[in-house]
Amino acid sequence: MFPTPIEKTAPSVQLIYKIALPIALILWLLPLIAVAVTSIRSAGDITAGNYWGWPTSFNMLENYTAVFTDSPIGKYILNSFKVTIPTVIGTLILSCMTGFALGIYRFKSNMLVFFMFVAGNFIPFQILMVPVRDLTLSMGMYNTTTGLALFHIAFQTGFCTLFMRNFIKNLPRELIEVARVEGVSEIKIFWYVVLPLMKPAIAALSVLIFTFIWNDYFWATVLTQGADTQPVTAGLYSLNGQWVAKWHLVSAGSIVAAMPPVLMFFAMQKHFIAGLTLGAVK
Amino acid sequence: MRAFWKANQLKLAPWLFLAPGIFMFALYVILPVFQSLDISFYAWDGLGEKEYVGLDNYVELMDDEAFYTALQNNIIWLVLYMLAVPAGLFVALFLNQTVRGIRIYKSLFFFPFVISQVVVGLVFSWFYDPTNGLMNVLLNAIGFDSIAVLADERFVTYGIIVAGLWPQTAYCMILYLTGLNSVDPEQIEAGRLDNAKGWRMLWYIILPQLRPATFIAVVVTVIGALRSFDLISIMTSGGPWGSSRVLAYYMYEQAFSEYGFRMGYGAAIAVVLFLIMMVYIAGFLYKMYRDERGH
Repeated sequence: MFPTPIEKTAPSVQLIYKIALPIALILWLLPLIAVAVTSIRSAGDITAGNYWGWPTSFNMLENYTAVFTDSPIGKYILNSFKVTIPTVIGTLILSCMTGFALGIYRFKSNMLVFFMFVAGNFIPFQILMVPVRDLTLSMGMYNTTTGLALFHIAFQTGFCTLFMRNFIKNLPRELIEVARVEGVSEIKIFWYVVLPLMKPAIAALSVLIFTFIWNDYFWATVLTQGADTQPVTAGLYSLNGQWVAKWHLVSAGSIVAAMPPVLMFFAMQKHFIAGLTLGAVK
Repeated sequence: MRAFWKANQLKLAPWLFLAPGIFMFALYVILPVFQSLDISFYAWDGLGEKEYVGLDNYVELMDDEAFYTALQNNIIWLVLYMLAVPAGLFVALFLNQTVRGIRIYKSLFFFPFVISQVVVGLVFSWFYDPTNGLMNVLLNAIGFDSIAVLADERFVTYGIIVAGLWPQTAYCMILYLTGLNSVDPEQIEAGRLDNAKGWRMLWYIILPQLRPATFIAVVVTVIGALRSFDLISIMTSGGPWGSSRVLAYYMYEQAFSEYGFRMGYGAAIAVVLFLIMMVYIAGFLYKMYRDERGH
């Protein structure tokens, strides 16, 4: 193990490490702690400039209730779910199939198709912006959560294909060969042989895509406007414009908006990291 | 029909599985690249008739000071964002221990990556706030004057990059932590017998084994730097006076904002950004091609 395990070092070093650890963490999360602390302050504290002293009162309940009652944040969050969940499902369906096709079959243009997905995944969003907006407009889906989700499904298929294909490629090939010899059709091989083995990959990608899409801001501003369709990232931006200098509300709103992916991450940490670090170790 | 399917199943099946994915990807990703390329040769407000102007948009770019500011900022982003890679390695080395509770520490250090850049942007705007932000409160406490980071042309881009480095370092950290897990313990022991310690051990024995992690970390960091848009939009809207714009943001502003709907000009900026990115994409694909061949 590198660096040297701390148990094998001098007691003084061990002590320093144990003290340094929480201090480092607090410094690392300091900006976030500042926001959390601000989010429970009273409006009076904010106007009086008492940001960092002891709060005169703890207004956690009031502030968070105010965020929900005085702003459409509930609606924004609902919109986020309406975009995120269909995207996760759609992307998984498409990429299970593309990953299967590219991971199992050997055909001439296999590599070419695969590289198309990989390359597309790295493209800067701005070069897609004008045409995708036009396309969405012409399909009558501008300013709908469906229009936004459809784009996300298409774009995320690039990354997910890369992921699924590499995952399937590492499955034992004999399983498939045996099934073929038995005369099982290709569709049944996909459904009964390969798909059940892909559960870990599906779990990893669902958490990852959920987070990516929930946190998307650029496409939300390009393809939607107004509280009826905008997801919470774009919504937070407009709320920030309304809540000038009401830092306690901005802070509470930020925390509310960040919650779903954070909960998702802590609940499914192992899958999340497995998805993220794909390819980092080989 | 049935017989035909039976005979050609193996040839047809992959394309049937690929069809929906390729269709969506071509429609929303591949085709638009070429459409943008095409639009960049037109003057177009997004609604009326397009007017063919040849290379005019690109010629205009050559003389556009705002374009050079954005390009320069992109380069600053690319260079400074790279700090996330060694910083991530440093944090990973710090956390790669087995003391009690270390797992919780690891996930809390990773935390900034999970939250949206919009929230990160708001968090840092608050942190930099010139009157009451934590940074300036601390500066004042040790006797310095406040700095209005986001309102000062000299500091604004660096201030935003610091905000971006926060989640990006967390990302690189997690890549390295996973990499460190699979470092061969025998090689470390062998190194220790040869009296390799500290930096020498890290440089000659650990880092070569971490190469795949480093590669991915560099790739995601480059892409992150070139994609920087959210933070700029949230923290400064490109200001003050356009000094914190990058190409991605400038393009958006030209095409969609109150400054007018110059789709053609915006597309030309996007094409430049795309060409910069293409260098990296080509490099990545080349490496992947080599690896695939090696199997």
